[in-house]
Amino acid sequence: MNNLSVDHWVRIKDGKIIVDGEVVFASEADIASFLKAAFKFLNIKYPKFHKMDRLSKLGFIASEIVMKEEAEISEDTALVFSNNSSSLASDQNYQESIKNFPSPSLFVYTLPNIVLGEISIRFGLKSENVFFIEDEFNAKLLIDYSAQLIESAKANKVLCAWLNLHNVEYDVFLWLSSESHKKEITEEQIRKIYDADYD
Amino acid sequence: MKNLYLHEDCIISPLGCTTSENLKHLRSGTTGLQKFDKSEFLDTPICAGVVNSEVLAEAFSAIGDPKAFTKLEQMMLLAVHQILIKNPDLNRMETGLIVSTTKGNVHLLEDLGVFKKERLLLSNLGEIIKDFFGFGLKPIVVSNACISGGLALAVAKKMINAGKFNKAVVVGGDMLSKFIVTGFNSFQALSETACKPFSKDRNGINLGEAAAAMLVSDTPKKDSVTISLAGDASANDANHISGPSRTGEGLFKSIQNSLKEAGISSEAIKAVATHGTATLYNDEMEAIAITRSDLGATPLHSVKAYYGHTLGASALIESILCKHMMLNNEIYPSLHFNKLGVSKQINVVTAYQNSINLDYVLKTASGFGGCNLAMVFKKGGENE
Repeated sequence: MNNLSVDHWVRIKDGKIIVDGEVVFASEADIASFLKAAFKFLNIKYPKFHKMDRLSKLGFIASEIVMKEEAEISEDTALVFSNNSSSLASDQNYQESIKNFPSPSLFVYTLPNIVLGEISIRFGLKSENVFFIEDEFNAKLLIDYSAQLIESAKANKVLCAWLNLHNVEYDVFLWLSSESHKKEITEEQIRKIYDADYD
Repeated sequence: MKNLYLHEDCIISPLGCTTSENLKHLRSGTTGLQKFDKSEFLDTPICAGVVNSEVLAEAFSAIGDPKAFTKLEQMMLLAVHQILIKNPDLNRMETGLIVSTTKGNVHLLEDLGVFKKERLLLSNLGEIIKDFFGFGLKPIVVSNACISGGLALAVAKKMINAGKFNKAVVVGGDMLSKFIVTGFNSFQALSETACKPFSKDRNGINLGEAAAAMLVSDTPKKDSVTISLAGDASANDANHISGPSRTGEGLFKSIQNSLKEAGISSEAIKAVATHGTATLYNDEMEAIAITRSDLGATPLHSVKAYYGHTLGASALIESILCKHMMLNNEIYPSLHFNKLGVSKQINVVTAYQNSINLDYVLKTASGFGGCNLAMVFKKGGENE
């Protein structure tokens, strides 16, 4: 099996954005203000961002940060994402809207993979997509699946993610993997990055 | 790379609780769709594929207490049960379990009833199936809009190649709810009458509920013809989150990549089992991707007018139908097709055929989020 390396990673949790081990942004605010401030921190113009649901906003911010490091983005960069709550936060919002007027703009976000569409549009990725639902972060599944995509030449790089939003609690870990003939990333290393505390 | 062979399967739908009952209706052109002037889902008329709850509960009571499981769980458990009783020697401790659904038990958001709120989590659905039958491995749950059921087969193939297991049960399902029906209605995507895929007067989709399960493995059956998944590929349109690409870009790329993996060119494809939802945009996009792939003259069908769109179950059900069409040299007709209503010339099958040799069949699917999937199924013997 091919070896995978981690080119760059980003962690978003508890009001902080950590990139490759360094805290690059911190805000004590609640999720709504945090997302607004984090988007401002990206320093880009992208009006569509404001229409997205919170899950998509989190995924968009995380992918923007990691992809910024890439000199050239290949359209064959696959997206292998996972979480526990699926699109539950948006599901609850849509369910509320049914009582008065079922909202198509809320309904469209009631699928976890919509964020894959948002990221694909942003970076022009016409690539393999999959969204897994797990009871907790499962690095092995994402690594195994990515290795198969690269081995079967369906992707040359893979954006892997745990992108969970439960009520107002967010937990994001996203990394860019590519084929490596030397350094190999192990499940333990990925797990260590996910579990670490960043101050 | 190891191949993925398709073995026993089961479809639970308004057309029956076994695959053979379903096939009987497909051959005779009998639909599972019904019109409702008013329903628990919507105050205005709909046409939908609804599984009779009483009939289902009665069938389910042979294996469990219907009150302890949601309708979706009952359908999915019954489907898996039928696979397992035909494979009593299957080692459940080493068999993978792959679950596909788009919305799971989302109906519980309105009223939990006797169930705990964990039941809303899709990962919990995987655990329920695992525990019911005593599977040993952690279930893998795929939720990727309307390509989920087919993508679950592609996931099974990759995990087998990654050495995780040699066999897997792939199960997909979705049930109707006020949530789903009002949502599609808010998009003005629903047709009040039976849908007409690829027809000039098509005016939207019908929704349906169903579950399906299939046993897959890395080895063919001895001394018999076996169908395998020879190529699969997904690709995003990178165009719009709720509408298909005007150029069919993602689906075209998926088709090309799946043919490449199967090691064939489009001439080898003998039939196409389309997504064919009967929305204006989906069918037009699909026709473009199909003709761009030089498959405009190849016989094709959509089975949405039998089942409606069964969301996370649809691409798995349709893959199971591909398998049976290939084994029986038959094609089930597209119901309600009259005049071609897409801008490209395609070959819609309108009458049942049962003497057509299908070496290779292409299955396509597309969904919200701009996702597309193509799969190439291959007929082969033991010594291929």
